Amino acid sequence: MKKQPNDLILQTVTTVISFIIFLFSIHLFFAGHYTPGGGFIGGLMTAAALVLLLLAYDIKTLNTILPFDYRLMTAAGLLIAVLTGAGALLFNEPFLTHAYDYFELPLLGETSLHTAVLFDIGVYLTVIGVTMTIIQTIGESE
Amino acid sequence: MTQMINLPLLPILIPLLSAVLLMFFPKRIKAQRVISMIGIAGTIIAAIVLAAEVKANGIQTVNLGSWPAPYGIPLVSDMLSVLLVLTSSILTFFVVWYAMIYMDESYERFFFYIGVMFLLTGINGAFTTGDIFNLFVFFEVFLIASYLLIVLGGKSGQLRESIKYLLINVISSALFVTAVAYLYSVVGTLNMADISQRIDELGSPGIITVIAIFFLIVFGLKGAIFPLYFWLPGSYSAPPIPILALFGALLTKVGVYSILRTYTLFFYQDQGYTHQILGVLALLSIVVGVIGAIAYRDVKTIIIYNIVIAVGVILYGVSAMTPAALEGAVFYLLHDMVIKAALFLLVGIMMAIAGASHLNKMGGMIRDYPRIGWTYLVAAFALAGIPPLSGFIGKLLIVQGGFEAGDMVGPIIILLSSLLVLYSAMKIFMNGFWGTPKEYHGAKAHLANRLWVPAAGLVLIAIAYGVGSEAVYPFIQMAVEPLIDPAIYIEAVLKE
Repeated sequence: MKKQPNDLILQTVTTVISFIIFLFSIHLFFAGHYTPGGGFIGGLMTAAALVLLLLAYDIKTLNTILPFDYRLMTAAGLLIAVLTGAGALLFNEPFLTHAYDYFELPLLGETSLHTAVLFDIGVYLTVIGVTMTIIQTIGESE
Repeated sequence: MTQMINLPLLPILIPLLSAVLLMFFPKRIKAQRVISMIGIAGTIIAAIVLAAEVKANGIQTVNLGSWPAPYGIPLVSDMLSVLLVLTSSILTFFVVWYAMIYMDESYERFFFYIGVMFLLTGINGAFTTGDIFNLFVFFEVFLIASYLLIVLGGKSGQLRESIKYLLINVISSALFVTAVAYLYSVVGTLNMADISQRIDELGSPGIITVIAIFFLIVFGLKGAIFPLYFWLPGSYSAPPIPILALFGALLTKVGVYSILRTYTLFFYQDQGYTHQILGVLALLSIVVGVIGAIAYRDVKTIIIYNIVIAVGVILYGVSAMTPAALEGAVFYLLHDMVIKAALFLLVGIMMAIAGASHLNKMGGMIRDYPRIGWTYLVAAFALAGIPPLSGFIGKLLIVQGGFEAGDMVGPIIILLSSLLVLYSAMKIFMNGFWGTPKEYHGAKAHLANRLWVPAAGLVLIAIAYGVGSEAVYPFIQMAVEPLIDPAIYIEAVLKE
């Protein structure tokens, strides 16, 4: 059964909504340290935005807009997470010992930067990578 | 050089890091092979250095994230866990070597090495962790890797058996979480040393015994004891030989290790009930395993049932709880990991030559493949426990410990089982290597002599382990110390 592509309303709404979802996921990701949120739910939300794009368009279109290899994204996420933990080894501290400090950043002013965020970025990328790999693999198989 | 405080972590971190690196180029087989071999070799070196460190300075711990002991997750390397980590890393090295020759390219291109490295990560982690929930997480790490490995290739038998395997393990993992939840609600902590201390303070209320049995069911499902072994013969006959060798040598032994750890560290106060049940189930596992091993004429199935026997023998040693029996259990555990892997690899060569796994299709192989035949014979003797070889000391100590504990039936069952184990292993030798040669059509027969090298390497280790048991004994003794006296373990972790 071939669906005729007459999803004008869906596609128009999707272009707006997916950006809002994406921004919300970024917000959830950065909120994680002090309020509910974090890498896992942030990653799932981002994947949800991508899935909405998949629903409104198709796999090929999504791959043209966002040409990511999600398997590599999973690997990169894991690598970032492991290396963040292993960074402590360089200072002869126990694995996963985190460090934080306050920095003067050009636009943001004084900001607290914590290495736990790097670990969270790893989680974030892995969650997106795994979710999208699963969905794409199932979607592509006949 | 300042002391490396992260040493207990390295046998987990190195395979993890190499697995992650391998994920970047799954289709480049050469790079996959080289990096995974380097990763395993690095793990072995780290384990050896760690063993030397534990031998010199006692139990090593590292509190991850610098959080002090009962609050953070500690990794605890006592001699028992170091020896197990070392043994599993060495085994993986030889099995991966074998797999590089044996496996088709279609396996190697689809994440085989990545799966193996994650498997090793999970197993080394499970042996090293000092936190009961972290133990669960590492169980899941190697189980999920094993789900990949069991279904890799996608043959119909594999698909069928992997569904059973997955179902059983998902159920037992759910039970594991439930058991941890019960334990947490009683003692309020997850740190294993802290749990031990609190259980001791509580005395032994009935609920602790219930939880002990709960844990026995969970780890019994993972480690295949009677009556929870039913999934094992089917599931293990599905994957190709190198994967089967990894499973047979490592996966059930993590369950055995967990029973050994929890029953010596947590549930040692009220031994009358729990340890008696453990002993009876262990003996029944031996009986069932023996029945299976002599009933079948399929070489793979014979060795698979020998896993169940060995699990029974080791757990009988644990249930006796005398120093000799525990030493025997540890001795036998290490021996069994090596010899099971070696036997699976050797049987795999026979199957590669004959192109089938049934003994009726084999015969007279010794004429064309004398080296393989004699290596198999040595391995079979080591399995049964013929004196200079590796299976002897462990069983001797377990039998001695059993008699010391005042049990007459158990040791005799174990001794009789040795005879039947020998019979089952010799059945393969007599029918496969002796007799009239047959026409073989194995597609991989030309690989036989190359496959022999890693298998013989493992048998050589088993021989050295048996002949050099005098040299190994101090290590085993040190491994058993915290099992007999949990205070040593608790003090090392909580540093009071």
